Amino acid sequence: MPKRFYTETHEWVALDGEVATIGITDYAQAKLGDVVFLDLPQPGRELAAGEVLGAVESVKAASDIYTPVAGTVVEVNQDLTSAPEKVNQDPYGDGWLVKLRVAGALPELLDEERYGALIREAEA
Amino acid sequence: MAYLVHSDADRRAMLAALGVGSVEDLLVDVPQAIRLPRLELPEGLSEHETLAEMRRLAGRNRVYEDRFCFRGGGVYRRFIPAIVDAVISKPEFYTAYTPYQAEASQGTLQAIYEFQTMIAELTAMDVANASLYDGATAVAEAAGMAVVHTGRRRVVVLGRLHPEYREVLACYGEGRGFEVASGMEAVDGETAAVVFQQPDFLGLLSEPSEMVEAAHRAGALAVACVDPISLALLAPPGEYGADIAVGEGQQLGLPPNLGGPHLGFISCRAELVRRLPGRLVGEARDADGRRGFVLTLTAREQHIRRARATSNICTNHSLCALAATAYLAYMGPDGLRQVAEVSCQRAHALAERLAALPGVELVFPEVPFLNEFPVRMFHVEQRSARLQDAGILGGLPVGHWYPGEPELSDVVTFCCTEVNDPAAIERLVELLAEP
Amino acid sequence: MTEALLFEKTQPDLAGPRLPAAGVDADLGLPQHLLRRRPPELPRLSEPTIMRHYSRLASMNFSISEEFYPLGSCTMKYNPVANEWAARLEGFVSLHPYQDEESMQGALELLWRLERALCAIVGVDRMTLQPAAGAHGEWTALRMIQAYHRERGEDRDEVIVPDSAHGTNPASATLCGYRVVEVRSGTDGRVDVGDLESKLSPRVAALMLTNPNTLGLFERQIVEMAEMVHATGAKLYYDGANLNALMGICRPGDMGFDAVHLNLHKTFTTPHGGGGPGAGPVGVKADLVPYLPRPTVERQDGRFRLDYDRPRSIGRVRSFYGNFGVLVRAFAYILAMGGDGLTQASRDAVLAANYLRRQVAGPLEVPHPGPCMHEFVASATTLAQGGVRATDLAKGLLERGFYAPTVYFPLIVPEAVMVEPTETETRATLDAFAAAVREIVDLAHRDPEQLHRAPTRLPVGRLDEVAAARHPVLRWRPPDDR
Repeated sequence: MPKRFYTETHEWVALDGEVATIGITDYAQAKLGDVVFLDLPQPGRELAAGEVLGAVESVKAASDIYTPVAGTVVEVNQDLTSAPEKVNQDPYGDGWLVKLRVAGALPELLDEERYGALIREAEA
Repeated sequence: MAYLVHSDADRRAMLAALGVGSVEDLLVDVPQAIRLPRLELPEGLSEHETLAEMRRLAGRNRVYEDRFCFRGGGVYRRFIPAIVDAVISKPEFYTAYTPYQAEASQGTLQAIYEFQTMIAELTAMDVANASLYDGATAVAEAAGMAVVHTGRRRVVVLGRLHPEYREVLACYGEGRGFEVASGMEAVDGETAAVVFQQPDFLGLLSEPSEMVEAAHRAGALAVACVDPISLALLAPPGEYGADIAVGEGQQLGLPPNLGGPHLGFISCRAELVRRLPGRLVGEARDADGRRGFVLTLTAREQHIRRARATSNICTNHSLCALAATAYLAYMGPDGLRQVAEVSCQRAHALAERLAALPGVELVFPEVPFLNEFPVRMFHVEQRSARLQDAGILGGLPVGHWYPGEPELSDVVTFCCTEVNDPAAIERLVELLAEP
Repeated sequence: MTEALLFEKTQPDLAGPRLPAAGVDADLGLPQHLLRRRPPELPRLSEPTIMRHYSRLASMNFSISEEFYPLGSCTMKYNPVANEWAARLEGFVSLHPYQDEESMQGALELLWRLERALCAIVGVDRMTLQPAAGAHGEWTALRMIQAYHRERGEDRDEVIVPDSAHGTNPASATLCGYRVVEVRSGTDGRVDVGDLESKLSPRVAALMLTNPNTLGLFERQIVEMAEMVHATGAKLYYDGANLNALMGICRPGDMGFDAVHLNLHKTFTTPHGGGGPGAGPVGVKADLVPYLPRPTVERQDGRFRLDYDRPRSIGRVRSFYGNFGVLVRAFAYILAMGGDGLTQASRDAVLAANYLRRQVAGPLEVPHPGPCMHEFVASATTLAQGGVRATDLAKGLLERGFYAPTVYFPLIVPEAVMVEPTETETRATLDAFAAAVREIVDLAHRDPEQLHRAPTRLPVGRLDEVAAARHPVLRWRPPDDR
């Protein structure tokens, strides 16, 4: 499994060659509560780093998802249409959201340790 | 002040529990500079005096008998079964709030679910919401949905949409940043929605499938504004391929009431459900598997999505929707059809009689209509005055809405419903026949 | 106990109701291709069946006529039945909106006088009665402010909204094409004036404020904030959801607000109807008057008339003249209460809220110091140890015969429980509610499972909102159509 990086807005990204897999973090899914719907882009869409990629909805909240990296959407997790709960159950595995073919240089992202510190700070 | 519940002793006891001497001690955060010395309104009245004054004001309005009201223009006199008022007068319905706590609001929630189903059935669409304010704002909300859905910023009105609806649409557009244009030639790749009314403001029927096709060719959504009673006879928006259906539901059991509260409704294809404004009720189960109802897909709404909500609507017209549901439950498919047919037959009989009068002519004799139609009539004001003297509210002069169309300047629309009996129609014709 | 749907009770062979026959001969001449192919699936029901259906549904509702309904920011006060009587007068309900003005003088007089009474209550110059609800009024006010700035050639594209604001505020601003800028609340629960200052700029069209705010606290620095806002050329907008705290005490107009919306279905006792209809009139100061929606009602030589000749008007925000039936009720209420009664109502509302706050502040945490105005916000975080959340508290209250407070709002208080008792609840009711809260808090520590299971004595148990949202079923479908 490639190494994961994180954003301050609680997305994660894992790079495998030039394909980046993106999801929301365990912290984000716990904060949102039971995910009921995901609004995800169509394959082929081009996104700039930091652009809104879609949205995730629970019963009590809705949150935009920002892409940590620039690129073109190559695949969307179709399983989430019928089973959005996978985002809660396995946010780093079966609950991934989209795969992008990365374009351009990677922006600076948080590693596991720095993201962990960020969360501890937020919870304090 | 019968509506206040505390005695002075209660107030003193509550202040004592708070350890303060007077309510003034609770108002310390209000700066003295803005304190109001006295609210400049008259002293309150007894209930007897209040109601006497209300009766006096009501008495200064002219009441036309239902059967002698031939004026429509978006608001119609219809027979309202007594059950409608009996249902909406139940305090458990009319004094409840929006059903946030589902388990304590099943009555309201189930009633809305039934309303959603009935509107979806009438319009032949997949899903309807819990209600909007009125027909005009329903058109504007539908246009907003299309603007967001297509990412385009022009809404094209085809044919004669109710002029007040159009005015509201323009006002929403100016705020929300979309342009409102008219005519088939304005439909192009920049068009978000094509909006039309069937029957139109004059009561005339058009070819909705042609307008829907034009919308879809341009990649726009087709929004049909429809009269719910007409849908007992006329093809519903779902049958001719519209994407969104909207309309005014006043005719479903609500009195004219000087124009409100009435009932906006909106329904759409399943793919657009997450663009819908306002409340939606869905089925849910409890732990024992019992069926219940909840507000659902709420992440569309202002209280969750705030600045990115599909609409700002919060309070809608729930009790009016309840009235409509009770009305439709009473009528059933046969009753609704009969109401629509009788109205249509009487209007056609009236049209025939009027067309035979000297100085009166049908404006569009070749165009089909349902229960409202335009006639050209000279001396409109004298004739209207004569009708009024006889206790008849005659047709609606529409010329002032169409300053650019001189051919409509002497035009009056008449409507008939099941309350305008043949004798009333006869009387109307007699009075208009006088030179 | 659940109730079958109307559709499930249909009697397929039942004849329709008896209705008038046409009594005329006419050729309809409707083209076949414009006609409906498949009839709508409406149920066939007798009147007794319908009556019983709705009586049963009614019994499944909590309502202000039966239960204490302390929903914060919703002002669930008693709805006088005299208002209902007045609103059903034939001389009101039968009025066609396109009757001529001479034949509706009583209605126009009512509208004219209601406008003046409301202006006196909130301290503005004129008012439109057209908006159908609070959010509609917010949006109408922003449209007027937008027209005002545009006419001055100013391209202002931001609206400032506090983080504690009602969700309708940012939503209305967006629907008016504005970018929403959030201003923080300070630790005392009031607008952080320093943060506001940093966000004010020539791009800002308006600041939207609720006062008292959604924590039930009066914004002490309102006059200073108004001066700051006006100094940048922006307008100050008042969200009237919380006006019940202020009648006869102080007026938004005197605080410096330029536009004010009111919820007649809150402060002025018109019933909520299970979610409307309401009415959301908007009052404005003189410089916004030209932009009021048309028509306005004017008095001339003792006659009342509709004035459409308002060239700078924003136009129309809905059809006709507003939710007249709702306006009639509000006017009857104002007549009955008078200036003295309305003042006493607000004072009693403030007293009741503080009294209840004091009692709830022990068992629950009330994070912001008082006194409060007409409502207060507690937090259920202290119950978290037993896994009890604000939702569980709410369901526990339903179980005990009280409607629940507003929960999870405002967003700035975790596990928020927002309580607005209003002036029409007796001390005994307030005491009983406080006792129920104490009992629930005790249970949260002793037997949290019991609260997780609540409610058990209502028509249905706790409903699975998550499953409902994941797989939405939004309508009944005929059996052959599923």
